[in-house]
Amino acid sequence: METVLDIMTEALRAGVGVNGAVFALAAIGLNVQFGYTGLLQFGHVAFLLLGSYAVALTMGFFVGASGLVAIAGLLLSAVIAILLACVMALIMGGPTLKLRTDYLAIVTIAIAEILRLLTRSSLLEPLTNGVRGIQQFTDEFYALDPFEMAVSFFGRSLFTPRATWIILIGWVLVLLSSLVVWRLMSSPWGRVLKSIREDEDAARALGKNVFAYKLQALALGGGIAALAGVIRALDQSNVNPDGFLPIFTFVTYAGLIIGGAGTILGPILGPVIYWSLLQGFDAVLREGLDAGWIPETLLSSSDLSAIRFVLTGLILVLVMVFRPQGVFGNREEMVLDAN
Amino acid sequence: MPAPLRVLLSLVLAAAALALPTAALASSLDGLVLAQDEQDGVTTGFTGRINNAAGDPAPGVRIVVEQDGEVVAEALTDNGGEWAAEVPGAGTYDVVLDLTTLPADNTLRDLESFERRSFELEEGDAQGVLFPLESGTSVGQDRGLFVRFLQFGVEGLKIGSIIAITSVGLSLIFGVTGLVNFAHGELVAIGALVAYAFHVAGDGTRAMPLVFAALIATVIGAGSGVALERGIFQPLRKRRTSLVAMLVITIGLSFLLRYGLQVVAGSAPVKYIDYAVQDRMQIGPISITPRDLGIILAALVVLGLVGLLLEKTRLGTAMRAVADNRDLAESSGIDVKKVIVAVWALGGALAALGGVFQGLATGLVQFDMGFALLLLMFAGVIVGGIGTAYGAMVGGLLVGLASEVSVLIFPVEFKLVFAFLLLIVVLLRKPTGLLGTTERFG
Repeated sequence: METVLDIMTEALRAGVGVNGAVFALAAIGLNVQFGYTGLLQFGHVAFLLLGSYAVALTMGFFVGASGLVAIAGLLLSAVIAILLACVMALIMGGPTLKLRTDYLAIVTIAIAEILRLLTRSSLLEPLTNGVRGIQQFTDEFYALDPFEMAVSFFGRSLFTPRATWIILIGWVLVLLSSLVVWRLMSSPWGRVLKSIREDEDAARALGKNVFAYKLQALALGGGIAALAGVIRALDQSNVNPDGFLPIFTFVTYAGLIIGGAGTILGPILGPVIYWSLLQGFDAVLREGLDAGWIPETLLSSSDLSAIRFVLTGLILVLVMVFRPQGVFGNREEMVLDAN
Repeated sequence: MPAPLRVLLSLVLAAAALALPTAALASSLDGLVLAQDEQDGVTTGFTGRINNAAGDPAPGVRIVVEQDGEVVAEALTDNGGEWAAEVPGAGTYDVVLDLTTLPADNTLRDLESFERRSFELEEGDAQGVLFPLESGTSVGQDRGLFVRFLQFGVEGLKIGSIIAITSVGLSLIFGVTGLVNFAHGELVAIGALVAYAFHVAGDGTRAMPLVFAALIATVIGAGSGVALERGIFQPLRKRRTSLVAMLVITIGLSFLLRYGLQVVAGSAPVKYIDYAVQDRMQIGPISITPRDLGIILAALVVLGLVGLLLEKTRLGTAMRAVADNRDLAESSGIDVKKVIVAVWALGGALAALGGVFQGLATGLVQFDMGFALLLLMFAGVIVGGIGTAYGAMVGGLLVGLASEVSVLIFPVEFKLVFAFLLLIVVLLRKPTGLLGTTERFG
């Protein structure tokens, strides 16, 4: 029983903790692009990179600030993050949005990798501090915490006061951006996006500027993803170019697809399910190794980090094959096609 | 794309291209200052002192620290010949001497063992690294730009031919089925690791010559390709799974295979025993190890054979026909299902063989080596024109050459950026790729 509770604590911490919130925000942004507009975009992590560096650099000007000044600094960071994401959407979308879906996928990965390589290069080192990254920009944020409340789960420490604060802000942002997306998607604008996903030529025949709509969807989704980057940077108190590898984008896709692309609940709950499953499974294996139920010859503890990615791949394949609409999706609506 | 936007984008690219050289210069100056400042105080990193053959300090020699093939730190020796490079944290690093910056008439004693060395650092370690010099000249040093161009060109040819050989399958599979296979890199890693498993016995001694191990790996690569097609993609096509869904499935597969390989083979990089240590030989102005020359020649021969297969055999003609127009090929009596299986076998075999070459060329065999190559393969395929075998060959060679030769003008760390920029520029200017005709607008 004790062990079961330990495992549940770990699963809960991963699912509803910062990881869940960051990936939910990222997935909500991706959902606007992939789920509603049908853009198979694999450079998502670039938006998070911009968001993270926006807050790390902006808060550098607010060292020691408190109260309203610190809040202003954080709001300014968020605004800069969103603006940078919009610029990125223009750069990324300009040359690629007229390409067929599969080319778009490849080119957007390449663009995200270019951005990461430039961020870690000596060219931008005066700004980004290269591979060493930027630290110590979060004291002002954590000084604002009015609750300082720890959360426990059956006597086990679930979240420290510090974690509770960032998790709260993260989920508030998840809620707000979901509301915005929900309103927009039930507006005429959102219906045009869906019509582009279903049949681009039909939308064009009705006189809609498909390219402009795609660009707007890319910018909106990118802006939300940049906020995910802000939360991630504030949580880790550290930004580093190599924290923004393509694998992040793939994991975001896994979460979104598990939940259901093209739905409102999918990108919120998909990442929660994904991270709970993953961390829960991880904890089960670790307990099994510790207790000697799993022989060391079969599996060593150093394999655990690899196994979680094997599991990610397996989940992704199984969901795509047997339930491509995800947990909350509607099969009728979710028709993925290559054209 | 609307004209103003295209202009804007070209301007951004042009500005970036102009900014790079000046910034590169500035950064190398920064490196100098940094090296002097931190002479005594490296917290985690590498330090050393380089003396020339006469025993006097050698200033201005460049040392590069790499991790997983990416530059993480650079340092120049100061007037006392001393250098220091700080790294971000514990890990395994390669310390590489830039031979082109050595003082005149000096070269490294024993190039093979000293030019590039691997160190494992703990947090807080300051590892001393020595580079013993002796009189003589080495690669590219004190020579004209043209010779250095040739030297880097050969390096580019090596990497390009590996990209070409691995991406023929990627391109042909797209041609015959429309599938973008993100798991293709894993076939490369499977090839390299299977060859290692047969080449090196459990106790670290040589079990069989690498050449035979490579042949076995190639056969197993072909088998893996067929298994993927028969086991996964053929049934999926029968279920009428859309191509985008299949693309996402290949991403899942790539995770599954890559980290499955890590569980089976471990995460530490290993090395082939054969051809590991070799002296460079001089061919005209170019110096090259017999190993690298062998890789280039073998890859070119294999590419030639693939060309012959495609042009001269019935199967090859059928492959080209299906890639060109599947329905037309089917209606003229070609068994498309069989052709697709054959394409997967060919693609898997070439990817696996390319993996062995890659493992030889870099001296690293590791579970994620294929994924590292995947983006370069995509770049090659798209530059050449996706769906055609020759496009992949030409594109792969071009991407390899472009990224290596860029090192002549720009810092090493921008190598990959140039490969990817080439991809984007080709898409902007000639969206069908250099040899492709496939429709790629949606």
